[in-house]
Amino acid sequence: MTSPGLNVSHLDYAYGAKQVLQDVTFRIKQGQFCALLGPNGAGKSTLFALLTRLFTTPAGAIEIAGKNLATRPRQALAAMGVVFQQPTLDLDLTIRQNLRYFAALHGLAGKTAAIQIDAALDRLDIRDRQNERARTLNGGHRRRTEIARALVHNPLILLLDEPTVGLDAAARNAITTHVHDLTATGLTVLWATHLTDEVRHNDHLLILHQGHLLANDTAQAITQNQPLSKTFLDMTQTPILIGENTPGGSGGWPPGSAI
Amino acid sequence: MRPYLTTLTAILAREALRFIHQRERFIAALVRPLVWLLVFAAGFRAALGLSITPPYQTYIEYETYIIPGLCGMILLFNGMQSSLSLVYDREMGSMRLLLTAPLPRWWLLFSKLLASTAISILQVYTFLAIAALYGIWIPATGYITVLPALIVAGLMLGALGLALSSFIKQLENFAGVMNFVIFPMFFLSSALYPLWKMAESSETLHMICALNPFTHAVELIRFSLYLQWNGAALLWTLLATALFTAAALWGYDPSRGLIRRKA
Repeated sequence: MTSPGLNVSHLDYAYGAKQVLQDVTFRIKQGQFCALLGPNGAGKSTLFALLTRLFTTPAGAIEIAGKNLATRPRQALAAMGVVFQQPTLDLDLTIRQNLRYFAALHGLAGKTAAIQIDAALDRLDIRDRQNERARTLNGGHRRRTEIARALVHNPLILLLDEPTVGLDAAARNAITTHVHDLTATGLTVLWATHLTDEVRHNDHLLILHQGHLLANDTAQAITQNQPLSKTFLDMTQTPILIGENTPGGSGGWPPGSAI
Repeated sequence: MRPYLTTLTAILAREALRFIHQRERFIAALVRPLVWLLVFAAGFRAALGLSITPPYQTYIEYETYIIPGLCGMILLFNGMQSSLSLVYDREMGSMRLLLTAPLPRWWLLFSKLLASTAISILQVYTFLAIAALYGIWIPATGYITVLPALIVAGLMLGALGLALSSFIKQLENFAGVMNFVIFPMFFLSSALYPLWKMAESSETLHMICALNPFTHAVELIRFSLYLQWNGAALLWTLLATALFTAAALWGYDPSRGLIRRKA
């Protein structure tokens, strides 16, 4: 069945003899914010590598906005924006030049590219800094630039692999809120994280542990109003971080919004 | 076709910008062949007598002989330098950005290859201009006829760098590979001495040199500079380009997992 969201079915992947993903199946509807929660080593980055076709596997299927990634890779990749865990900005280029380069990789040039770059800069509120070199930006603004860049070609799906790693609580809060807000425009978001305070009650939540998908529902339904960290511990017997730079707290979230 | 050209232009522009920002890389790339030309060649001139060897129609000075080899040296070092930057890009993540673009991977890699070749050729011409000022005579039209040879040789060495970059696990391992690739390739070639000289000392070494694709790239440049055709060198260089490109495409095949080792 096709849908404008993201469909993943029966995905397996192994590095040699080591199985890192086993029968992973989920579906994210259009306009939904889906958090993929798992500790380091759970298989999140491998899943992202498969979703972005850095790796391929014959086992299972991935459909992005109705396009099968194996049989129509170009159309599927064109419908997707990606923010990788590692920073991928060219530090010698300005914000705008970084976006222009990415737009060109998606076949956008000239006036069309300029209009879409302006729109992406506005969405992330960094237009006034567009001529600054990426090297001069702080961590939060670099991440914003990467998100703006991922939105330049108007993707239907945005994948973010632990985009808040290394950021302080305020910057994490701002970016998480911003990306949540983007779903109001119909954008589908898959947000990988190992921090429970980035997940909100009404988010779609996937819990990945040792390559197995243990939960796939709304965060509220999964946690049953317990703290997510406790639910995770009960499911996996493995503790998980609540938040970085926010010991034991929700890192400045609006009360009750994060779990 | 337009998205393909847009992407190619963007990758070329990015490499050019990178090159402008890294002036020391440009200077370093020129210093190496200039040291060979101005220092080593002066010493070797006395030791190495050269007979009349095609494409030269008369006796030539050693400095003149090594010019094509030094052009090849620039292309070789740049090919490896670009390979190093690919490994760096991969470690830093920006390679992922390129490889997730909605275009065939071969085109993305070819664009990258073409961009690094263009930068190398710019450096070769700068070197040739300095050599001309130093008094090395090359026919004026040779500067034009050598361009296709430089493109083919540059693509071959760039493809080798690309292939190597896909097999190198970490940046730290790169220095070793450089020593095992650059030096043997350069010294076991006709860049510094004609192959018949090598045959005089060792038939085995001569055979290795004759099989070395870099020898043929250098001979292709040498003959083109002096307006002569060398079909065998062209064929060898094209074959090696095809082989290295195939290895690079295999190395970057997503079913193999380019970044698998890093994930």
